[in-house]
Amino acid sequence: MSDPSASHEPHRVYWRKNLTILGILLAIWFVVSYGCGILFVDQLDAIRIKGFKLGFWFAQQGSIYVFVVLILIYVRYMNKLDADYRRNDRSSK
Amino acid sequence: MSAIQIWTLIIVGLSFTLYIGIAIYTRTSKRSEFYVAGGGVHPVANGMATAADWMSAASFISMAGIISFQGRDGAVYLMGWTGGYVLLALLLAPYLRKFGQFTVPDFVGDRYYSSTARLVAIACAIFVSFTYVAGQMRGVGVVFSRFLEVDVTMGVIIGMAIVFVYAVLGGMKGITYTQVAQYCVLIFAFMVPAIFISIMLTNNPIPQLGMGSQLSGEGVYLLDKLDGLSEELGFNAYTSGSKSMQDVFFITMALMVGTAGLPHVIIRFYTVKKVKDARMSAFWALLFIAILYTTAPAVAAFARTNMITTVSNKAYAEIPQWFKTWEDSGLIAWVDKNNDGAVQYTKGLAFEGKPSFAEGGDEARGAHGQRLVTNESAPGDNELYVDRDIMVLANPEIANLPNWVIGLVAAGGLAAALSTAAGLLLVISTAIAHDLLKRTLKPDISEKGELVAARLAAVGAVIVAGLLGIYPPGWVAQVVAFAFGLAASSFFPAIILGIFSKRMNREGAISGMIVGILFTASYIIYFKFINPSANTADNWWFGISPEGIGTLGMLLNFVTAWVVSRFTPEPPVEVQAMVENIRVPEETA
Repeated sequence: MSDPSASHEPHRVYWRKNLTILGILLAIWFVVSYGCGILFVDQLDAIRIKGFKLGFWFAQQGSIYVFVVLILIYVRYMNKLDADYRRNDRSSK
Repeated sequence: MSAIQIWTLIIVGLSFTLYIGIAIYTRTSKRSEFYVAGGGVHPVANGMATAADWMSAASFISMAGIISFQGRDGAVYLMGWTGGYVLLALLLAPYLRKFGQFTVPDFVGDRYYSSTARLVAIACAIFVSFTYVAGQMRGVGVVFSRFLEVDVTMGVIIGMAIVFVYAVLGGMKGITYTQVAQYCVLIFAFMVPAIFISIMLTNNPIPQLGMGSQLSGEGVYLLDKLDGLSEELGFNAYTSGSKSMQDVFFITMALMVGTAGLPHVIIRFYTVKKVKDARMSAFWALLFIAILYTTAPAVAAFARTNMITTVSNKAYAEIPQWFKTWEDSGLIAWVDKNNDGAVQYTKGLAFEGKPSFAEGGDEARGAHGQRLVTNESAPGDNELYVDRDIMVLANPEIANLPNWVIGLVAAGGLAAALSTAAGLLLVISTAIAHDLLKRTLKPDISEKGELVAARLAAVGAVIVAGLLGIYPPGWVAQVVAFAFGLAASSFFPAIILGIFSKRMNREGAISGMIVGILFTASYIIYFKFINPSANTADNWWFGISPEGIGTLGMLLNFVTAWVVSRFTPEPPVEVQAMVENIRVPEETA
């Protein structure tokens, strides 16, 4: 049985790392959608890549690609974190 | 019967046979299979099922059309309905899977140790699901009537019969595997015409890239040409927006957070085996959704270009046949305001409201053979009414694609509508049989009795949904768009705080939900029903339209919950232990 109390060290480490990765990924999530696609869309539109104005591309295409990648990074990171947690949890007994 | 109808019948018939076959194969008599497909669905299959569950008739039929007419502002739907999955994958899915159980009211009720909280959650889940499902049933009827010329009512009844078979027999298990099949049908049906048209216009087989390419043989970028055409006709440039920045911001946020709070999407993450699988299936779901959602803006731009170049300033007599076909089904109308026999298409309305066509043989036709409308003519020079749904439904005809592609689009629209309807019906049936009956009113009911109740509730829900589809009350269309705002301002903060704040208690969560939903609902009801004439940007608070107000409701919910919880006792020790427990991964087997 794992000890579910917050004083348990591997548990605290796991949760802190989880919150850190959440913070980083959600910051990127906010920047690509609300930042590039809405708040700074007109400034970015001055830059062109082939037929796309960059702000328009972020609003209708780019932000969605980034969302998919963000979830993939999260899944891989958490799978590794889960494995570490199990190892530390066992050795701290 | 025309060749198009024969193809439609064959393809739709084949897809329905497949769904029924899966239903018979997966029929179930176990409670956990009925509610959550036994909890052993593979992440890729669950990803597909979630994608089909999520992408409704509106995503398949209407979204590209809306973007076509709104240009860059259409991004609120693209970002809103995909960005919510990031929240779902990072903040909700893994923890709710770890929590176990079957439903969202289960979590709210247990986490806040309160049957009041559970009842509030049940009411929200049922209300959101019914408003949504009515639109799906209507969508089924409309697809049938347009492609096969049967009555809308008959179409809804056929749709009810199909959903009835697999939802009532197989529960979540039947629904999951039919949704996998439905995803394959709908994505194929969406991509085939998109790829054809992309090749025709830009020589690039990938629509996402074709959208940013040069038009073949013209040496000018598609989007530049479209901007030019739009401005020439008096519209805004396609790649510029016309909504205010803060409104776009708030609407996008309300759609994202609402997506993450919708019960029929959340419940799908209970169907996989482990927390790891819940995370993984959120990834697959968004990937499968992104295929359609990144293609839709390309379809929108292609269709807009095609439409303007084929109809603008063309004499009615020389306009291609598809224009007249869709005029016959009432989705296009033309009023020759200046009597020159040509179609003038520009900014503004052709006439007030939806077209109501004149009745009777020759008198219902104008000098050029066009259908006459009895609507009051609107000021301005625009002569053309186009229903936004045409952009997807008529796209294959506009681009002269083979008849089987048109049949495929019909089957895809039906798959999108049926899969979403089934998911919602299951939420309603589970909310009644499990949350209300088993967990609240009659805890001693046997598993068998609960399953009978669940099937009966599913039967009842199918019938009510069908009736709402046949006799759509006026409020449904008004309310569907706001289901997101309501989900955003009620469920989302309660679940997030339940996971990330151990200190959040019953009093805080309930008062937060009540404040959030009351605020959002009153703002919407005031501007949409009590005083619709005041529904302009000047009267909105901080320039936020009723579509975006759920974001503010959500913030109020968070603040209220936090403040109230500081002045009331902290939650019991065992609840705090439960919160700690859902935060860590499960033991390896």
